[in-house]
Amino acid sequence: MAAAMPLALVVLLLLGPGGPARAESPRDSLREELVITPLPSGDVAATFQFRIRWDSELQREGDTDHYFLRYAVLPREVVCTENLTPWKKLLPCSSKAGLSVLLKADRLFHTRYHSQAVHIRPICRNARCTSISWELRQTLSVVFDAFITGQGKKDWSLFRMFSRTLTEPCPLASESRVYVDITNYSQDNETVEVNPPPTTTYEDVILGTRRTYAVYDLLDTAMINNSRNLNLQLKWKKPPENEAPPVPFLHAQRYVSGYGLQKGELSTLLYNTHPYRAFPVLLLDSVPWYLRLYVHTLTITSKGKENKPSYIHYQPAQDRLQPHLLEMLIQLPANSVTKVSIQFERALLKWTEYTPDPNHGFYISPSVLSALVPSMVAAKPVDWEGSPLFNTLFPVSDGSSYFVRLYTEPLLVNLPTPDFSMPYNVICLTCTVVAVCYGSFYNLLTRTFHIEEPSTGGLAKRLANLIRRARGVPPL
Amino acid sequence: MGLLSDPVRRRALARLVLRLNAPLCVLSYVAGIAWFLALAFPPLTQRTYMSENAMGSTMVEEQFVGGDRARSFARDFAAYRRKSGALPVAWLERTMRSVGLEVYTQSFSRKLPFPDETHERYMVSGTNVYGILRAPRAASTESLVFTVPCGSDSTNSQAVGLLLALAAHFRGQIYWAKDIIFLVTEHDLLGTEAWLEAYHDVNVTGMQSSPLQGWAGAIQAAVALELSSDVVTSLDVAVEGLNGQLPNLDLLNLFQTFCQKGGLLCTLQGKLQPQDWTSLDGPLQGLQTLLLMVLQQASGRPHGPHGLFLRYRVEALTLRGINSFRQYKYDLVAVGKALEGMFRKLNHLLERLHQSFFLYLLPALSRFVSIGLYMPAAGFLLLVLGLKALELWMQLHEAGVGLEAGGGPGPSAPLPPAQGVGLASLVAPLLVSQAMGLALYILPVLGQHVATQHFPVGEAEAVVLTLLAIYVAGLALPHNTHRVVSTQAPDRGWMALKLVALIYLALQLGCIALTNFSLGFLLAATMVPAAALTEPHGPRPLYAALLVLTGPAATLLGSLFLWRELQEAPLSIAEGWQLFLAALAQGVLEHYTYGALLFPLLALGLYPCWLLFWNVLFWK
Repeated sequence: MAAAMPLALVVLLLLGPGGPARAESPRDSLREELVITPLPSGDVAATFQFRIRWDSELQREGDTDHYFLRYAVLPREVVCTENLTPWKKLLPCSSKAGLSVLLKADRLFHTRYHSQAVHIRPICRNARCTSISWELRQTLSVVFDAFITGQGKKDWSLFRMFSRTLTEPCPLASESRVYVDITNYSQDNETVEVNPPPTTTYEDVILGTRRTYAVYDLLDTAMINNSRNLNLQLKWKKPPENEAPPVPFLHAQRYVSGYGLQKGELSTLLYNTHPYRAFPVLLLDSVPWYLRLYVHTLTITSKGKENKPSYIHYQPAQDRLQPHLLEMLIQLPANSVTKVSIQFERALLKWTEYTPDPNHGFYISPSVLSALVPSMVAAKPVDWEGSPLFNTLFPVSDGSSYFVRLYTEPLLVNLPTPDFSMPYNVICLTCTVVAVCYGSFYNLLTRTFHIEEPSTGGLAKRLANLIRRARGVPPL
Repeated sequence: MGLLSDPVRRRALARLVLRLNAPLCVLSYVAGIAWFLALAFPPLTQRTYMSENAMGSTMVEEQFVGGDRARSFARDFAAYRRKSGALPVAWLERTMRSVGLEVYTQSFSRKLPFPDETHERYMVSGTNVYGILRAPRAASTESLVFTVPCGSDSTNSQAVGLLLALAAHFRGQIYWAKDIIFLVTEHDLLGTEAWLEAYHDVNVTGMQSSPLQGWAGAIQAAVALELSSDVVTSLDVAVEGLNGQLPNLDLLNLFQTFCQKGGLLCTLQGKLQPQDWTSLDGPLQGLQTLLLMVLQQASGRPHGPHGLFLRYRVEALTLRGINSFRQYKYDLVAVGKALEGMFRKLNHLLERLHQSFFLYLLPALSRFVSIGLYMPAAGFLLLVLGLKALELWMQLHEAGVGLEAGGGPGPSAPLPPAQGVGLASLVAPLLVSQAMGLALYILPVLGQHVATQHFPVGEAEAVVLTLLAIYVAGLALPHNTHRVVSTQAPDRGWMALKLVALIYLALQLGCIALTNFSLGFLLAATMVPAAALTEPHGPRPLYAALLVLTGPAATLLGSLFLWRELQEAPLSIAEGWQLFLAALAQGVLEHYTYGALLFPLLALGLYPCWLLFWNVLFWK
């Protein structure tokens, strides 16, 4: 699904108070967890989360505007091992102990989907927010593919996925757990089997549906000591059928329409597949200046009718200084596809402004969608300390909806590109030819030519005239 | 330029041009034709070479072994297709999903302007099925397309089988950096056009289609496959696209690389490439291939489904499996390996294919003629028109100025009375001929229903016959315009008209030669002599015959005979006539269904221009 496209590398620096005041929490704490979700397609998703909190007062300016959000994106960058290594070094146990022993680069990049994130934010320590703690949250999600990694087999184990098993918890961690999603399989216990059998289970509402998780606590000494290591295994008793996966309530797609190198159109499709509830989304688009947007062509249609956004903020681009910024609040009707399209013209760059590979195209950053998606079952607001970390990825605000932020795919747009193989020759030759031809043809076309009568006589006549002038006689 | 700004030298030059005009024209025309024929010979043809570094030296090992799987897919597909009588959409969806693709369908419908008798279709509706293999960990910004067109008959099942088997093989690999779209289209090119328009969210040809559900970024390259048997003796590659567009030469080089690597027998225009270029035989055989390519490109019709991709700047070519009576045959694994290799190398591309030539002619698969070398041929032919126009211009001025200024007539000297007459007399023929062109363009399709009511013909026949009727009627019309024309200066009238017609023709042919060299050259080679010779004096019936024989319609007919002759399947007169009628109908249809420009170009541009010469010929 395009909704969860592996975005290149987005680091969001969220400055602002991190929510309401809460009770004193253990200081300088580390919590780590791994969520394994077997998917009906036979693939399996694994999400690591590490949260470190420390109470040191970092430099903090007194008059920072907390409501000022900065947004930057590098759509071109692809995540690779050189992003993983420094990311791992931020972990207290590095990759020596705890869940982080599973972070082996060659396995993590032998996957279908890979996403890595770092969030850092201040958190109020008391109600009046006089002192703050800092929270560093690192997230890594991968999806192992049954067709590639599994060689067609759909049974999974930790060893098969990461070529490692868990041996001991990180000594610094206050909490270290593995969760396995057994929602659809717990009732009959006939489709999938988890080994070793879980001691406890955990139930909660995630993304609007009720889910059940088997919990393995690494700090529980019995868990490791039994066999010196923990190798979780998933066995499908009944092989899953190849059916289309369930569609999320909100997903989006983006593409460039039109052809040729002059004009084009950016189209974003927003899908609301909820059967009966409409909800608003906030669409944020940042488009580079070299696509000149025509704002009057902005059209938003849902179900064949025009959909007027309740809020539009547009900041036009300045050439070479700042990109276009377009922000809209759009109501998505229930069970509908909303198309947001805007036309643009491709600018001709200066020839030094092209990238070294101009024929590859220029990247347009993804649109960002933020929405409160209605939930199928009522959920209680998240207790930030008590519940598992993965629960706070999609925070619930009022029980009937949960917050989702989606990034669409980045786009690749070709700009008119000169032939760089011999620019000097071409430019010089063309200019010379045009100058020479134009000048002389203009000359020929605007003038009339007459034959001048040749002066008859010559030297003798001139001499005679000189003498005549001296004598005061009229010349010949 | 100094030469021209000196009146004395200018006069001398003018006299030279006037006196030597006829020999110069003949020389230039002969030089143009000779240059073209020489294109197939080694100094002008060069060996092809791979320019794109990303596809050059990188080694690729092909591992495709799914020949049996491809055959079983093909058998199932053919069986389901026979059962349902159309594309088995549900089966394709299921199979594509089972090999691990993201599957979408697109339905489309199109009412053709008149029934297509060659393909037996009128109201067309169908469904395209495509599956996307998402590149792991990439963001779907770029993609490659592998397409198999399925027509109404039951050919191409093996191609679908191979597509599915390759999809299954590709799905198990980790190295893909670009998404791959596996596209099976119904109603061959109509389906491809519908899909492409929907993918780029444009409507060029009035196709009605459901919007797409899945995208995969900017398409970098596409390969189309047509294959109707389990074994092949050779692979034929087609490059000519819509309106004579060609893919980047590197794509063809890539295909050729894998032909050599896999030891496949590969042909171009159905012709093997000659081995020996040093003797006369090789280049002569190359010339045949070159002529075939020129005819194919000049027709402006897509020579396979790849031709429609080129409009969207997607480099594409079509591979056709040929099963002839040769001894040695290749199975699907060999073809699959070649395709796998091509896709793997295309996957390596960092930029769009842009390094190599976009404008070229091919005398063989491994030889090409670049634009710099073939353009002079067209240039020489157009020079004839220029020389003739220059001569007329100077004659007009000398006639108008008479003996004014002692025989020193500056070409820029104003001639108000004489020119006024000349221009006024031009308006009527120009308007009439353009009106005829417009009628030729609009009336056949517009009036088909009226024609079918009053005459016992079908719609398609009505269109073709109306076309021919208007074409011939155009020849009769110019006589009527003469009454409008003032007869004050009899010679000046036709000379002015011919001057305008020559410049008009030269401009049109020049523009055409730049965008589609083959068409430009072919039209120039036929129309230029008649255009240069025509005048209302001398052997008029001879000129008239020459003019008719080199008109657009006769050129088309002649090209058809030449084409079949070169393909070693000569036509009889009756067959040729039938083929001519079918080609006319196809030309009109392709304009409406794919946006081919040959029909409007001939009807609105060259036909009126040609009528002007007819008008000159019968000037009273």
